Amino acid sequence: MSIDRRTLLKGLAVAGAGAVAPVEASEKYAEAPPDAVGMLYDATRCIGCQACVTACKTANNLPGNRYNPPRDLDGYTKNIIRIYEGEDESSYMKSQCMHCIDPGCANACMIGAFKKREYGIVTWDPERCIGCRYCQVACPYNIPKFQWDTGVPKIVKCELCNHIIHDPDTGTLREGAMPGCCQACPKEAVIFGKYTDLVEDAKRRIAERPERYWGPDGEPKIFGLTDGGGTQVLYLADLSFAKLGLPTLGDEGIAKQAREIQHGIYRGFIAPVALYGILGLVIWRNSRQSKKEEG
Amino acid sequence: MASHSHAQPVGGPLNKRFVTFMAIFLGVWAVVLLFRFIYGIGVVSGLTDYYPWGVWIAFDVVTGTALACGGYAIAILCYILNKGHYHPLVRPALLTSALGYSMAALAIILDVGRWWHIWRIPIGGFPDSFRYNWDSALLEVALCVMAYVGVLWIELGPAFLEKWKATSKSSALVGFATAGLKFYDKALIWIIALGVLLPTMHQSSLGTLMLLAGHKLHGLWFTPWIPLLFLISCVGMGYSVVVWESSLSSNLFKREKETSMLISLSGAMVVVVSLYLVLRLGDLIISGKTGLMFTSGWLSLVFWGEIALFAIALLILASKQRRSNFSNMLRASILLMLAGSMYRFNTYITAFQPAPGQSYFPSFLEVFITFGVIALEISLYYFIVTRYPILSGAPAEASAR
Ligand code: SF4
Ligand code: SF4
Ligand code: SF4
Repeated sequence: MSIDRRTLLKGLAVAGAGAVAPVEASEKYAEAPPDAVGMLYDATRCIGCQACVTACKTANNLPGNRYNPPRDLDGYTKNIIRIYEGEDESSYMKSQCMHCIDPGCANACMIGAFKKREYGIVTWDPERCIGCRYCQVACPYNIPKFQWDTGVPKIVKCELCNHIIHDPDTGTLREGAMPGCCQACPKEAVIFGKYTDLVEDAKRRIAERPERYWGPDGEPKIFGLTDGGGTQVLYLADLSFAKLGLPTLGDEGIAKQAREIQHGIYRGFIAPVALYGILGLVIWRNSRQSKKEEG
Repeated sequence: MASHSHAQPVGGPLNKRFVTFMAIFLGVWAVVLLFRFIYGIGVVSGLTDYYPWGVWIAFDVVTGTALACGGYAIAILCYILNKGHYHPLVRPALLTSALGYSMAALAIILDVGRWWHIWRIPIGGFPDSFRYNWDSALLEVALCVMAYVGVLWIELGPAFLEKWKATSKSSALVGFATAGLKFYDKALIWIIALGVLLPTMHQSSLGTLMLLAGHKLHGLWFTPWIPLLFLISCVGMGYSVVVWESSLSSNLFKREKETSMLISLSGAMVVVVSLYLVLRLGDLIISGKTGLMFTSGWLSLVFWGEIALFAIALLILASKQRRSNFSNMLRASILLMLAGSMYRFNTYITAFQPAPGQSYFPSFLEVFITFGVIALEISLYYFIVTRYPILSGAPAEASAR
């Protein structure tokens, strides 16, 4: 109900900052890049074996093993399986980076350490990152993690096993290569593929067996199709995604909103330069006046 | 232009006990910092992956620079609104601003995990330079704060040059100082203009930063107007610091109070604070969040506490008679400082709720590190005002304690 008013207010805020509607800023990342790849996790197929957790650690050369499974993502864990247990209902849930179509982390990172690159994969560059942790504040899913226990910390998050699936020399995808978790999953609960194929696959699964995804919380839904501007990792489940720990986001990503305001204020750098000129002139006039008065 | 002919160093020997205490305190501080740099931020702080920003950012940087807006607030009044009679306040305000911003910069270095890459920010990365991410409000804050620290020290330059010109034995230094002062005569206008422009830009961007927190920031604090709210409230905080500074320096160093100037300054604050409150409350009401003001549990209380601080300060200053009294002014300025600080803390920490069941409380060492930053700032202030012509008003006694 308040959406319209909010948009109106936002428009006012932008206009108040001395700008017209900033078009480029909003149309950037309106949809997934044409070559986008991603993952589809189907919670109804997952048996919670955590093979994907161990495989992720191996693929990314991170410490830890299946006998001591992590409880949450951390500076050494890029993928976890959690269980949700309610009254007469339960479900597993996987979390890792969602590879947002319009990623908050990349929008936040001032130095471009986080970036949406080839195939829409969001990666982190140790050569640039200064460890400010703004990406952690900006990620709606709390995905990027920081190594708190070392003097030379890194930011750690799933990069869709970019180093495995993507051949940097040719710039193409390696034939048959998959992220560690998808490779390991015995139930094909998490699969890797072209984004458009995954969307189709998810829709087909719902169309073929709607009752499977028709949980107590209502109609079947593919999480990530539009949520927060859309994500390249998609989810299916038979419970509401809020119960499984995903936030309820609007269709418009927060990165887009923030960009509109920031660019509204600084559009073409006109406002700051104009303000600077005016300030200088005012001070100059004032100082001349006071000199006259003194003399 | 700006005639600071009345400004004189406080002079006298440094207070031994004060110096010893500070030296010991800062020594311990350095040891704690060593731990932080060797064993990581987790060892000395209560920060977590859900609350990656704590008191170092919320207090030292966000609140600290707003409190350091004395220089900004005074510059607006003196040079833009042409109230030339605020001049005696300019230098002390500039000094606290310069120190406050320098300390914020220091706090950032202590806070960021991969500090050895900081030098890449101004050049936009390395080896592929000039690749700035203009989408990031933090980039704007970083560049602006770096530039402003420089501008503030340049604005203060005449204080140092005057002293060197008058007392230095090296003729080269005297020559340099004379030439420098001549340069200032011409260029100061444009430096001052920069000194007004830069805070306008980054104090609002400090608010813009939290827009990206999106749903993680409670609805009572999340609004597209954050940038403007941060900007307006920092002017109020800057004013408060000027009042305080005037009072403290007159008590500690026996300088005359600039009461009459402060009274008219207080008049301007009535407008500023009213504007803030109208915008803050108006936005919530128009965007249909009135309900949240009462249904958000303890956050509703926090919210009303924050509003009350602003409102009471406004009430005190609203009547001309009341604000003519110095102790009322002090009271109002304490409230305004608290109000602005609370608004910032709430936006960055209290109302920041990244996920259910997560919470943050600073650890002892984390707070200690912040105190160390403040201690360093106080020590430098003390050292500079005793040596250099910053404070004006004739000393009531010949020598400071
Ligand atoms: S889920 Fe978070 S870390 Fe991953 S792309 Fe989106 S914003 Fe970035
Ligand atoms: S911590 Fe690193 S990756 Fe994250 S926003 Fe800061 S510089 Fe970018
Ligand atoms: S490997 Fe597959 S089935 Fe096992 S926990 Fe991971 S996603 Fe679920």
